[in-house]
Amino acid sequence: MDDLIIAGEKFSSRLIMGTGGAPSLEVLDQALAASGTELTTVAMRRLDPAARGSVLDVLRERGIKVLPNTAGCFTAGDAVLTARLAREALGTAWVKLEVIADERTLLPDPIETFDAAERLVADGFTVLPYIGDDPALARRLEQAGCAAVMPLGAPIGSGLGIRNPHNIELIVEAAGVPVILDAGIGTASDAALAMELGCDAVLLATAVTRAQRPDVMATAMREAVRAGRLARQAGRIPRRRYAEASSPMTP
Amino acid sequence: MDVVVGGGVVGLSIAWRLARAGRPVTVVDPAPASGASHAAAGMLAPVSEVTYTEEPLLRLGVASLRRWPAFAADLTADAGLTPAAGPAAGPAAGPAGVSAAVRDGLDLRAQGTLDVAFGADDLAALGELAAFMEKLGLPVERLTGRECRRLEPMLAPSVRGGLLAPGDAWVDPRRVTAALLAALERRAVPLVRAGVSELLRDGGRVTGVRLAPPPEDHPAAPEGSEQGDEIRAERVILAAGAWSAGLADVPVRPVKGQIMRLRSPVPLLSRCVRGMVHGAPVYLVPRGDGELVVGATQEELGFDTRVTAGGLYELLRDARELVPGVTELEVAEVVAGLRPGTPDNLPIIGPGAAPGLVLATGHYRGGVLMAPLTAAILQGEEGDLASLCSPARFRDIS
Repeated sequence: MDDLIIAGEKFSSRLIMGTGGAPSLEVLDQALAASGTELTTVAMRRLDPAARGSVLDVLRERGIKVLPNTAGCFTAGDAVLTARLAREALGTAWVKLEVIADERTLLPDPIETFDAAERLVADGFTVLPYIGDDPALARRLEQAGCAAVMPLGAPIGSGLGIRNPHNIELIVEAAGVPVILDAGIGTASDAALAMELGCDAVLLATAVTRAQRPDVMATAMREAVRAGRLARQAGRIPRRRYAEASSPMTP
Repeated sequence: MDVVVGGGVVGLSIAWRLARAGRPVTVVDPAPASGASHAAAGMLAPVSEVTYTEEPLLRLGVASLRRWPAFAADLTADAGLTPAAGPAAGPAAGPAGVSAAVRDGLDLRAQGTLDVAFGADDLAALGELAAFMEKLGLPVERLTGRECRRLEPMLAPSVRGGLLAPGDAWVDPRRVTAALLAALERRAVPLVRAGVSELLRDGGRVTGVRLAPPPEDHPAAPEGSEQGDEIRAERVILAAGAWSAGLADVPVRPVKGQIMRLRSPVPLLSRCVRGMVHGAPVYLVPRGDGELVVGATQEELGFDTRVTAGGLYELLRDARELVPGVTELEVAEVVAGLRPGTPDNLPIIGPGAAPGLVLATGHYRGGVLMAPLTAAILQGEEGDLASLCSPARFRDIS
């Protein structure tokens, strides 16, 4: 089996979903089902894990593992606190670490992120940090003990795809932990490209939840991630400037 | 006799319509008109709120909006309100027609909703929304930034464009619930100020409600009070909003909304204005008396009604992007209410699985808009739309 393994835990789906932006819980539920995801991230700020009928119930019902995230945090202090509250409330030591630098771009703050990652790793968390497409930072976070690295393709919710495929390749090349392409996916070809570049998984939300038909887009993403993974494993042909006949030209 | 559990805009509307039809009815609520109806802004804006996947909600909203003028006129008459109770002196600087449009004591107004965009991204998103609305045959008008500001001069100069939904309206929900309570009193409908601890059941049938004893620190209940007692009924109509799931197995959850009321000596706006700021929707609703309602957060925090610093900050930050002048206004009030959310955002209206139980809950963000339609559905009208709201769509409803 070609499983995704993060911190020793196996997932047969390489599509990780987020829950933000869905018009209703039912639409979200159908999209999650269609996506085939086994791991889904949930923003813990402004969410009461004990409340009945929330998004967490939707995930529990589907047997999807919850990956709490620290979206909305601007400092390492906020992020560490949010992660601890999530661990207490949900009983999971996994956290998608997200410390943003400003509201306009929602780009991750590398220094606060690294600071929080160090503290959370020391505190026994399984840390999956959301970062820019920076190979040096990715390596440092791996050395600091993070269980995966999650470089962005483009800013959150922008749907701009993978703006710097070269950097993603560099991160993949050097990484000893799973690389999860996070943020920026706009459509299925973006997800396929991430996998072709060698990413171990793709995390997306808006591309599905704000699509005109979220369940159909979720299916497209599931297929795209599978296709990209297979293409990566199959090994693409080299690019050539001129044609090369695939069958003999002369009898 | 029917018992309506819940004295918000939905429960009171149902009770009033039943009473008008000559049916004996009693309303039970520990604090009528104090929950989501008290917090609500009162937008009757099914068109400007439409999003992908929510066409059924649009159909319900449009149908209920169509009922609002007659509903308001009947209610105004029944409650003994003076029609056309607009502001005594019309706003000198405001656009013409504002006070003229206050058609009754409910501050029902129908100048439409203006949805505005600032950056290029927001404008493109608004363009997509417009295309979607046109596909659905909705009457919307695309405006340039300058056209938006001609309609609403207090809008920020950076506005790039907008969408006018001319048919959308709004009403003051507090005036509506006050009028409903007055109308019920005039029709001698009993209002029992008590909580309901459980539904009475006989075999499979719901036969009434058991009233909750008053809380310990509550001032002594009036003599002859029925508190702690039971009320028997042929039908129990559950209209308890976010609290409905505590009494019957309905998939309703509380969704917290913080909302702010500002006061202005001169109305800043003549119609409802909405916009997206940092991807979060914000709206401003002007009232005839100079009040400006700014809403609203959406938070999944259970039965939490605390007003928070972050909530207020976000409301004001976003409102100021739309209308810079709001920071000059007096803060009149900040409250948090609990919307009754459902998994598909549609209300749950119709017979429950147990005989004797009728559900009228889960109106989420649209209780004020949907109240007339809900009351009509419970009187057997609107069969087509009723099927969209049927409780049968969820399993295990009892």
